[in-house]
Formats: sequence, structure tokens, C-alpha cells
Amino acid sequence: MSISGLFWQIFAIVMALALAPLLTGWVNQCRAWLQNRSAPPLLQPYYMLHKLFHKDVVLAHGASTLFRSVPVAVFGCMLLACAIIPTLSTDLPFAPAADTIALVGVFSLARIFISLAAMDVGTSFGALGGRREMLVGFLAEPALLMVIFTTAMISQSTSVVTIVETLAHRDFVIYPSLAFAGIAFTFVSFAENARVPIDNPATHLELTMIHEAMILEYSGRHLALIEWAASLKLYAYSCLGLALFFPWGIAEGNSIGGLLLAIPVLLAKLTVGGGLLAVIETINAKVRIFRAPEFLGTAFLLAVLGLLVRLMLETRV
Amino acid sequence: MDFFVLTLAIPLVSGLLLALAGERAWAPNLNVIASLSTFLAAVLLTAEIVASGPRFVFGETFFIDSLNVFFVALTAFVGLTTSIFSGPYMRNEREHGKLSLPRLRLYKSMFQLFMFTMLVALTTNNLGILWVAMEAATLTTVLLVSLYRTAASLEAAWKYFILCGVGIAQALFGTILLYFAAERVLGQSGDALLWTHLASVKGQLDPTIMALSFIFLLVGYGTKVGLVPLHNWLPDAHAEGPTPVSAVLSGLLLNVALYAILRCKVLADGAIPGGFASNLMMGFGLLTLLVASFFLSRQKDVKRMFAYSSIEHMGLITFAFGMGGAVANFAGLLHMTMHSLTKSAIFFAVGHAAQKTGTQVMEDIRGLIKINPVIGWGLMLGTLAILGMPPFGVFASEFMILTHAMKHHPWATPILLLALGVAFAAIFGKVQPMVFGETHAKRLPHAPAITPVFVHLAIVLLFGLYIPPYLTRWFHEAARMLG
Amino acid sequence: MNADMPLSAQLINLFASVILLLAFAMLAQRRVLTLINLFALQGLTLCLSTLVVAFTTGQAHLYWSAALTLLLKALLLPWILHQLVRKLNVKSEIEALINIPATMLVGIVLVMVAFNVALPISELSQTITRGTLGIALAVVLLAFLMMITRQKAITQVVGFLSMENGLFLAATSATYGMPMVVELGIALDVLIGAIILGVFFFQIREQFDSLDIRHLEKLKER
Repeated sequence: MSISGLFWQIFAIVMALALAPLLTGWVNQCRAWLQNRSAPPLLQPYYMLHKLFHKDVVLAHGASTLFRSVPVAVFGCMLLACAIIPTLSTDLPFAPAADTIALVGVFSLARIFISLAAMDVGTSFGALGGRREMLVGFLAEPALLMVIFTTAMISQSTSVVTIVETLAHRDFVIYPSLAFAGIAFTFVSFAENARVPIDNPATHLELTMIHEAMILEYSGRHLALIEWAASLKLYAYSCLGLALFFPWGIAEGNSIGGLLLAIPVLLAKLTVGGGLLAVIETINAKVRIFRAPEFLGTAFLLAVLGLLVRLMLETRV
Repeated sequence: MDFFVLTLAIPLVSGLLLALAGERAWAPNLNVIASLSTFLAAVLLTAEIVASGPRFVFGETFFIDSLNVFFVALTAFVGLTTSIFSGPYMRNEREHGKLSLPRLRLYKSMFQLFMFTMLVALTTNNLGILWVAMEAATLTTVLLVSLYRTAASLEAAWKYFILCGVGIAQALFGTILLYFAAERVLGQSGDALLWTHLASVKGQLDPTIMALSFIFLLVGYGTKVGLVPLHNWLPDAHAEGPTPVSAVLSGLLLNVALYAILRCKVLADGAIPGGFASNLMMGFGLLTLLVASFFLSRQKDVKRMFAYSSIEHMGLITFAFGMGGAVANFAGLLHMTMHSLTKSAIFFAVGHAAQKTGTQVMEDIRGLIKINPVIGWGLMLGTLAILGMPPFGVFASEFMILTHAMKHHPWATPILLLALGVAFAAIFGKVQPMVFGETHAKRLPHAPAITPVFVHLAIVLLFGLYIPPYLTRWFHEAARMLG
Repeated sequence: MNADMPLSAQLINLFASVILLLAFAMLAQRRVLTLINLFALQGLTLCLSTLVVAFTTGQAHLYWSAALTLLLKALLLPWILHQLVRKLNVKSEIEALINIPATMLVGIVLVMVAFNVALPISELSQTITRGTLGIALAVVLLAFLMMITRQKAITQVVGFLSMENGLFLAATSATYGMPMVVELGIALDVLIGAIILGVFFFQIREQFDSLDIRHLEKLKER
């Protein structure tokens, strides 16, 4: 572990913390434009966070220590995820701590915490949201794992860093299996980040909400942490997707030039990605909650298909 | 004049002519004359091939040897008799108001085009073109099956189209695999699908690919042959289409599809050691025979019953070719001929009987012998022939198949006997009251063309008593080619 | 996959995968018109992959079959089907006999079967795109599944045509092209088949007032 490696690692984390709300703001703005609404300012999520951190916390009567500690835990999980995923450089001192499978574990740990907290207070909405969240998670995780296995088969390793190095720094080769995996990953990220076909982050419709139902009882700095964590999750998924499927531009090693180039490249990719996310959210209608299994089942099938195509087309016996 | 070109050109030209000219007074005669000239050309072609041996036509596109020229002659003959039969039959249907003039035009032109596609399938040397011709044969007959435009006939035609379409798609995959195997030996060229080229290098074709290819080809073309479990379309199409169509489907199309399988089997046998193709065919044949014979007794519709009987006989023939060897192949070829002739004769008789009584339900057809003794006796004799009663040719071929099976595959004998016994009981028990019984039906406006029935039966009887030596030689030669 | 695989082979593999993906999308599709569009897209992809093969191998006749594919599978047949749907007022919702997720699961199993069957063969082949054979077989089986599990006549036909697409993929990509005569013949058969189907649809419609093949289930063994 070199000093400069440590520095860039910390820089990446700080950048994640800073950029995540901006990404959320950007997506919201694009959505508003596409839907012919007047857009909120780009920095709106920061104002929200600022406001929430200065408000008092109102706790429900039955709230336990778990309820109070969950925002921190979820925030921590997401921060860890952002630290593991190579955003700027593949030389990350933290990366050996967890491979892609552990990364999925980190995400699911956060999910379990937040579902438990939702049920902790004992309101019906919380229980409903927690149950729905677990349903989505239980369907999304296998699909995500399959996607990761496909990429891991190509690079012969489950470490994110190795995968990115393999894909980004070899001769250009078309991997049809990655196309399948990419589509499956997109499906999963939409479900996991409570985006439109599965959930709508902008509404509180009791019949359909998932994420919002779980955090109804939170307020003040707790809510701020959770909202920030949600932004971080979107950021983490975006970066993971970019790292797995569009890894070009991520610097190898610690050359200053490469890293300086990596920052604008990442910003450009996130801008385009956020725009696309908004487009997809706009042209799709939210599906009924009962259709969610089908949506995620399709993602799983696509991921399996990617794996099979990998076995059939791309392996030389 | 090249008789081969004539054999192919006459049905094609007359089919187009009939389609363009519309339903004129002379159309039925043209239909018969075209079929007659096709038959004559086929006979002369046969004589030529028997005398001077196999030959190529148009480069190597077509190949005629003693095996397929035999089928060409048979096809042309049954085509001729069917066209003779269909003249008065279709006139009767028209006067019953079941068919309009445009449909008669459709029928006649499609009939000739159907003959054309089958003759192409039989004579082509290119396995790809064989596939194309088989598919075209399905397409030409789909609209014939739905000729009456009743709910049931539309359903039958739909089933026919979809099932055979799926089947034929499997056959195409088999053909592609075959090309895949051939390409490794013959190189990438148009010749890699020519049967004669393939047959000369069949020992070098890769056994794994050939095995898979043969499975697909057998399943694909087997759908058309009516092999169980892909036989579902066959009874419906036979029962709901017009009788002449049932006669050519049963008597000819099934044969041509089986011929396609035989050509592929020769290649598969050469490439795969251990009799893989033979065992597969024997298995499918026995299963088909057994299942069809048990379905026979449950039938109420007379054409449906005889359609099942066709499936049963196709099973028996597939089994015979599966056993292989000179004797079994000889018996298989003989049985194909006999079945073709007998079954089309039966359909002719049944068609007239159904027209007279106005129904195809067997329980409502009674006392044919009183309405029209000729039809009654025709049906009775045809039934006896198809059931393998001694003086007829079917007996000779079935006897050969049975004895050969006893000698080489004794385990199959009880199954064969059981199936044949069940079939006998079912068919005879139902046809007997149809022929002898009380009735009140009236005469038909147009006298039926009953000659084809008795011509067919006479030939079948002749073959049962005495096969002319030149025919025996010819059969032997064809049987030897199959290995 | 190694980097030494030529770009053309990579492209063919990619197109083959897209065709498989589209076959799955068709299986999951609930709307008739979208289904037809997906079919057209599949035809287009097939045309592209044939073009790549033609370019790589320099076989002139493959350009013809690519053009034929484009004309028939991507333009003419989808157009005819669109016309049929409009003229016959087919309801836009597809009715499946088995629910769609279950069909998709069966589909995955079929893909595995197809790959397993094709694996020993592709190992023998020298052509670099040998893997496409398995994909072609999978597409054929998926189309077959669609034909079995859908109730509308028009869906069955799209299934049938998609099956032809799979076969064509096998013929062009896996074996680098069948002889020209055969390809022409196949194309002709598909065209005539489609026309006859068109005629047939009107007959069915006239008779039953609907294109639901549940009406076509009277003929059964009693």
C-alpha cells in the first residue's frame, strides 16, 4: 500500500460522497425536463441534506436502538461499497478487502438493516415496505450474482479490480455475453435503486411504494443519512455498471496523468448514464408490484443466458 | 425427346395452365390427359433406366436410379388413376353444393403442382432441393385440405400446415447439419449436398454430426410420413380434405417422405457404425405400428380410420427398412407399392360410398352392397387386401417382413403380430356391416368412376400371385442400393 | 474468447447472441404488434450477420441471401403481418397457454439442451463461428416453444417464421453458407408459405370470426 494509493483511495471516497447527491440531482433534473416540468436546481439534494441535518429528530415511541443505529449502518455499507468499486484507478488499497460477491453481500446487509428498522417501529407501512423490499432483494440478488459470474468468467477472477483491468486494458474484443449481462444489470439496478418500473422515488402512493414506505418514520439527521445513502447506492451501482461494462478511462496504477484524465471521463460517463436513466424512467410506466417478480425474473434469465452464451461462444476447448 | 424432362414439365405446365384458364368444360379432361402423359413419360423413363442404368440430368442436379424411378412410376400411376376418379367425384360434390367453380380450379391446378413437387423431390440429387420440394408439397396441399372451408377442414389444414411446417423445419436443420458434416470432407461447394457425392464419401463423414443430423431428418421427414408421436395432422387432413386428396396424401406423399428418409439412411448407415440409423427406424416403426393399430378401433369416421391404417402401414414399412438387408428392403419396397395402390383404391371406394350416403360416419353407412354392388365389393376387397389376406400382394410383403423379423429380430415378432391382429379386428369389424346391411340411400347423379379401384386391386392381386421377373430384378436392384 | 479471434467472427457471434436475445424477447412479449416488430428486428440482425459472413468469405451468393433476408424477413413479411393484424382487427394482447415467466424458465432449459447438443459438434468444426450452431438450435427450439404455448394463429406464425430465422442462422453463420439454389428455394418456400397463410387467415376468420386457435381444437381423439 503506497501513500499515493491511500491518497487516491481517500480522494475517491470523498468524491463519492460529494458526487452522489449531485448525480441524484442531475437525474431528477433530466426527468423534469423530459416530463415538461420546470426542473429543480441541480444542487437541490444538497439543500435537502443541509435542511435535514439541521432539523430535530422525532422518534416514534416504540423505536429501539436498532432504529437509531440503522441510518449509520446503511450509510457505512454504501460508503464501503463506493470504496471498493474502482471509479478512478484500479490501484485501490481497500479493494482486496472484498470481491464482487462480498460487494453483493454489503448491499444486502444494508437492505436487511433498513428492512429491520422499517419493521421496528411497528407501523403497517413500514412492515409493508420492508416485506416488499425483501421480495425485490431476494429476486434481484441472484440476478446480480449471475451478472457478476459472467464477468468473472471472462477475467478468471471475482475481484472487481481484476475484472476492470482485464476488460479495460486488453485488446478490444466483443463479448456477446457481456451484452446480456449488461441488460440484466440494468434491470437489477433499476429495481435495487427504487427506480420507475419497480418503484417511484418521487411519490408516496401507499399501494405501490417500497423504499419510501420503509423510511416514513425517519426524520432529521437520520433521514438525511438515509437519503444520502440512497444517493450513494445509485452512485455505487452506476460506477459498478460503468466499471464492468464501460471500463475505458479508468486509470491503471497511480500515474497522475491517468488519474487526472479519469476524473473528467468518469464525470462524462455519469452525466450520460444519468441522462439515460432519466429517459428510461420517463418512457416506462411503473409496473404493478405483482409484476416485479417477472421483471426481475427476466433479469435473472438474461444473466443466465449471458453465462450460457459465454460458455458456448467464447470458450475455446 | 428426354422423357425425364417431360415427366417433370407436363405436370408443371398443365398446373399453370389449369390455374390460368379457370374452370372450363375441358378442364377435367386436361387434368386426366396431363396425368396420362406424365404416366406414359414416366413408364418410358423407367424402361430407359432399367435398360441402360442410372444417369444424371442437367449436370448433376437430378439423378435417376432404379430406386427412385420405381417411385416415379408409382407416383405417376396413382396420379393418373386419381385424376380419373376425381372427375365424376368432384362433379358430384359440385352438384351437392359443397364446392364452387373457383375451388375446382384451385383443386386441379394444385393437384398438378403437387404431382410436380413430388416428382422433383423424388428425382433430385441435391438434398437441399429435396427439402425445398417436400416443403412445396406441403404448401400445395394445405389449401386442398381446406377446400370445403368448413370449420373442421380449416382446423385440419391449420394443423397440417403447422405440424408439417415444424417437422420440415427440423428436417432443414438436419440437412444443414449434413452439409456441416459434408463440408469437412467435400469442401465448401455446391456439390457438398449432392447425394451421389455424399454417398461416395459416406464412410468419411463424421459419425457424431451424422447421428444428430439423422435424428433431425428422421423426426422432420417422419412428421410427414406420420410416424408416432408426430402423426396428429394425418388423420385430420385425410378425414376433412376431399377424397382424391386423401388418396394422394396416403398413397403418394407418405411414400415420398419415406423415400427422403431412405436416402438419408443410406448416408447415415455409411457414416455411423453399429446400426444406429437402423435401430432408430425400427423403434419408431414399431411404436407407430402399435399406437396406430390401437387407435383404429376407436374411430367413427371411415376416412379417419383408413388414415390410421396408413399410419400403421407406414410404421410397418419403416420397421422393414430399419431391419435392412436385401430381403427386408425388398419387402419394404413391395409393401410401399402395395399399400399405395390398395389404400388409394380404398379411398376411391370410400369416397363414392360417402357421397352416396352423404356421411363419413361409419355407423350411418350401411348396405353398400345393395346401393351399388360394385362399390360395395370394391370396398370389401380393398379392405381384405389392406388387411393382408392371402391372395393379395400385401400378404406377400407382410409375410416377408414377418418372417425376416422372426429370423433376425425375434423379439419384435409378438409386437408385430399383436398390432396386425388388432388392426385386422378393428377394420374388418367396422367395414363388414358397412358393406352388408340394411339401407335406404338413393342413386348418385353421376356414375362413379369405379375402374381405378379395380385396376389397383387387380395389380395388387397380381403381385400377390406372381411378380413378373423383370419387376423382381428391378426391386432387387433398388433394394440392394439401400444396403 | 481470445483476442486472436478475428473481428468478423466476433461480430457474427455478437449478432447471433442478439438473435437469441430477440428470440427471448419475443417469448416474453405480450403485444402482437411489438412481437412483429421484434421479428423484423431479428430478420435485420440475421441480414447483418449474413453480410459479415459474405464479406469475410467473399462468397458472392451470400450477399444475395442477405438482400433476400432483408427484403423478406425484415420488410415484406412484417409488413404483411401488420396488414393482417389491422385488417383482421386482431386484439393486441397475446394470450398464453402457460404464463410467461414459466415459459421463460422452460426457454432457459431449452437453451441449455441446445447448447449441450451442439457442443460436441462445434468442437469438431474448424470454422471459427462454430458456436453459433448451438445458438441457432436454441432459437429454433425457442420458436417452437412459442408456437406451442401461444393461442393466436398469428403468434404461431411468427413463431414459425422465427424458427426459419434460426435455421437460416445455422445455414449461413455456422456453415458459412449453403449452396445458393438451396437458399433461394428456402426463401421461395417461406414467401409462398406466408402468402398461403395470409389466405388461410381470412378463411379462418370468415369461419370463426376470430383468429384464436382455441376454435381449432374440435378434432380430437374421442
